[in-house]
Amino acid sequence: MADAVTVRLTVNGVEREGRCEPRKLLVDFLREDLGLTGTHVGCEHGICGACTILIDGEAARSCIMLAVQADGAELLTIEGLMRDGKLHPLQEAFREHHGLQCGFCTPGMLMTALDLLRTNPSPTEAEIREGISAVLCRCTGYHGIVRAVEAAARKMR
Amino acid sequence: MPLIGAPVRRVEDARFLTGQGRYVADLTLPRMLHVAFLRSPHAHAGIVSIDAHPARELPGVLACITGDEIATQARPMRAESRMAGYHPTECPPLARGKVRFAGEAVAAVLAESRYTAEDALELVDVRYATLPVVGTPEAAMAGGAALVHEAAGSNVLLTRAFVQGDVDGAMRDAALVVGDRFRFHRHAGVTIENRACLADWNPGVGELTLWSSTQVPGLLREGLAALLDLPVHRLRVVAPDVGGGFGVKSALYPEEVAVCALARLTGRPVQWVADRREDLLTSTQAWDETIDAELAVNADGTIRGLRARVVADVGAYSIHPWTAAIEVVQVISFLPGPYRVEHYRGEAWGVATNKAPMGPYRGVGRPVSTFVTEALVDRAARRLGMDPVALRLRNLIRPDELPYRSPSGVVWDSGSFVESLERARDAAGYEHVRAEQERARRAGRYVGVGVACYVELTGVGSAIPASPGAAISTGTEGATVRVDPGGTVTASFGLACHGQGHETTLAQVVAEELGARLEDVRVVSGDTAAGPVGTGTYASRSAVIGGGAAILAARALREKALAIAAHLLEVSADDLTLGDGRATVRGTPHRGLTLREIAGAAYAGAKRLPKGMEPGLEATRFYDPYFGTASNATHIAVVEVDPETCAVIVRRFVVVEDCGRIINPLIVEGQAIGGVAQGVGAALLEEVVYADDGQLLTGSLMDYLVPTAAELPAVEVVHLEHPSPTTLGGFKGVGEGGTIGAPAAVANAIADALQPFGMELSELPATPDRLFRLLSRPRTTSSPETP
Ligand code: FES
Ligand code: FES
Repeated sequence: MADAVTVRLTVNGVEREGRCEPRKLLVDFLREDLGLTGTHVGCEHGICGACTILIDGEAARSCIMLAVQADGAELLTIEGLMRDGKLHPLQEAFREHHGLQCGFCTPGMLMTALDLLRTNPSPTEAEIREGISAVLCRCTGYHGIVRAVEAAARKMR
Repeated sequence: MPLIGAPVRRVEDARFLTGQGRYVADLTLPRMLHVAFLRSPHAHAGIVSIDAHPARELPGVLACITGDEIATQARPMRAESRMAGYHPTECPPLARGKVRFAGEAVAAVLAESRYTAEDALELVDVRYATLPVVGTPEAAMAGGAALVHEAAGSNVLLTRAFVQGDVDGAMRDAALVVGDRFRFHRHAGVTIENRACLADWNPGVGELTLWSSTQVPGLLREGLAALLDLPVHRLRVVAPDVGGGFGVKSALYPEEVAVCALARLTGRPVQWVADRREDLLTSTQAWDETIDAELAVNADGTIRGLRARVVADVGAYSIHPWTAAIEVVQVISFLPGPYRVEHYRGEAWGVATNKAPMGPYRGVGRPVSTFVTEALVDRAARRLGMDPVALRLRNLIRPDELPYRSPSGVVWDSGSFVESLERARDAAGYEHVRAEQERARRAGRYVGVGVACYVELTGVGSAIPASPGAAISTGTEGATVRVDPGGTVTASFGLACHGQGHETTLAQVVAEELGARLEDVRVVSGDTAAGPVGTGTYASRSAVIGGGAAILAARALREKALAIAAHLLEVSADDLTLGDGRATVRGTPHRGLTLREIAGAAYAGAKRLPKGMEPGLEATRFYDPYFGTASNATHIAVVEVDPETCAVIVRRFVVVEDCGRIINPLIVEGQAIGGVAQGVGAALLEEVVYADDGQLLTGSLMDYLVPTAAELPAVEVVHLEHPSPTTLGGFKGVGEGGTIGAPAAVANAIADALQPFGMELSELPATPDRLFRLLSRPRTTSSPETP
């Protein structure tokens, strides 16, 4: 076991610090050391997308990154998506269009959709499907999710 | 506005959307240990020795426990069945003596962190003596095959048959017999949340609590109590938020037994969170059947008979409590589908091999039976030169024939088989699609249309065991509905939820039946300490059985609330209405009492209650639908096959489903579409592959392909709403149907697209590789039409 190192980063606008082994995955650091369990682990090998967060504004998989690699970075996790106690338009739209069932993929799906709309504010249905194909949902068949992203895009424009 | 039937937005969404869901991996307890399981690298091997000392020496490691050591703490599982022709076998929490599949747990390391526990796994030295691997049912049934379970005396763990009429005679006399050998390969459920559990032993009161990512807390409690020698009331099983189930989380798993035993052994809470590799290695898998089936029809397309021999690879263990019979017996039970089949014989064999155990998965048996029967129906239509829809319409059971007893003895209480096909045909614009197909063919594009009709038994009551012969009762559920002193309503159930939205739908039922406000009703489930006795959520049963119990309890409570209000207002209960949380005197709307005021009186006691009335405002009721009911649907898929790449694109997908009276159309649609997605995945992408030596080759999500949004079409859903005549509330189950129809519809569409090549499709999934081999085969029938 290597000596613990200090990791300092900004999560959801708040400066956070923790000590962990250099080998610790970023997602485990978020969940275990910072208590942010909204980011989920579905595969630990970079495929399912459940662990997706924004790192310096871009979607990234926190299961294939070490916490030490995120030292100094600015992170946005699902816990930071609400603003002033109000749901983000994407969150609203997921509820309105039944874009979730078990909720396990939902945090990664929302962060991915957020990234999609940042880079493409008016996506077509095909572009939405392509964009969210980075995250696996086993419950919904993606139907409600696609509708929700369409609706949120309209609202956010 | 009535609440039952309204598209109410889900109340559970708020926590999931904000990252506040609580799944097992999110829970921690003081002094909690993490367990990692050492898993066998061999599919079949004797365990010669285990040296755990070096692992125990590693700092941070508390213990390393082997199968022999844990045997003093927990008995092996043994799934019993009353079915003749079934041999029960044992499944230990950690392997003893030998391992039966690659991935089986042989030792457990307990450490302060999962990282440390996994480090220690590498220090455990296990010596194995490899045994011949039983890789396929054929090999398993061959003379002199190695035995997976010596105690069973054979690798054939079960046989079963259903016979009606004279099927051989029907085959002889028929104008046409179509038949083939069908193969539906092994499937994995892949819930996005892997399995996980956490056990805590309280020595002070001698009570064990297990939090598990399970669909069946009630079944687990009963099973574990027996295995751990604890009275049932000293065990509490909680399913917190659960990230998908699909049947995969409806069995009792060895890891659940192990963490309970380990928590009791160490006196510390023990948590296990599977990683994806463990999930793909060890969670129950599905299907894996070879079906030799023949369909006999008259020249006019009337079905005369159906016969089938089904061999299932049930893997290494017979799972608790469903047994190894769960999947394959359902195949022969439901092969006749929604058709009039006079003469029938279905025979099943369940054969043990050195693979992960087979278990129930969304649809159980019926995705396979529907694939086979619907493929045969299409082939018969082609051979007779009939339209496949027309041939189906000729044979579907008509409303005036209901209730209808199927050849396997299942009774269909109701169904809109003909109507659902006609509506699907119209919704899909069938004639138009056929015309398009012709045009596409002339342009050198291979478009196909596939139809699939099915009927499924849902909400199964006590008359029919949910698993053939299983020695457990699954036909009842209870509901406890309570008006709290503050006027809010708590409704608790023995059910469990893993995405179905019970907190919304059951609240809709309770609120409407009781007359409460929807926002005042809170649904509690998934905790054996918090609700009435129940088993859990599986087999499309919760809306029917749990919903029925909710109706009974809410009605009882409504009656009592009205009696109290009548007493206090000095009117007759008949002159009162109760709705929106208030009892009101008919014609005098300003006179009334809120539920809060009524509850206040109920808990205040005798002084404020009618003479002799028991205080309190709470009712528990149980419901048993006895036989259960039938849901049905027609699926139509339109696909295009690229003959160069052999990729299949699903262009359209239409579902016309009838799940009886709808509680919440949003959720019904979500269930239907989610099921279709899994069925399309099963038809095109998903396959568990083992090498000849029993090694799993699909141990990651790079190898086991789950459909993404890009592979799926927008699904069009039409609801038919014929209430069940036999269940309380008229509800029918809807959780599984999507997965039952979709593989068959997609398979038929592919076969239809490939007609110019004279090819039939008899194997799923239809991966590009498999289609390529099919298309490269020397053509046995007609040569491709040149456009
Ligand atoms: S957990 Fe990170 S991609 Fe699956
Ligand atoms: S909602 Fe369950 S995995 Fe997406």
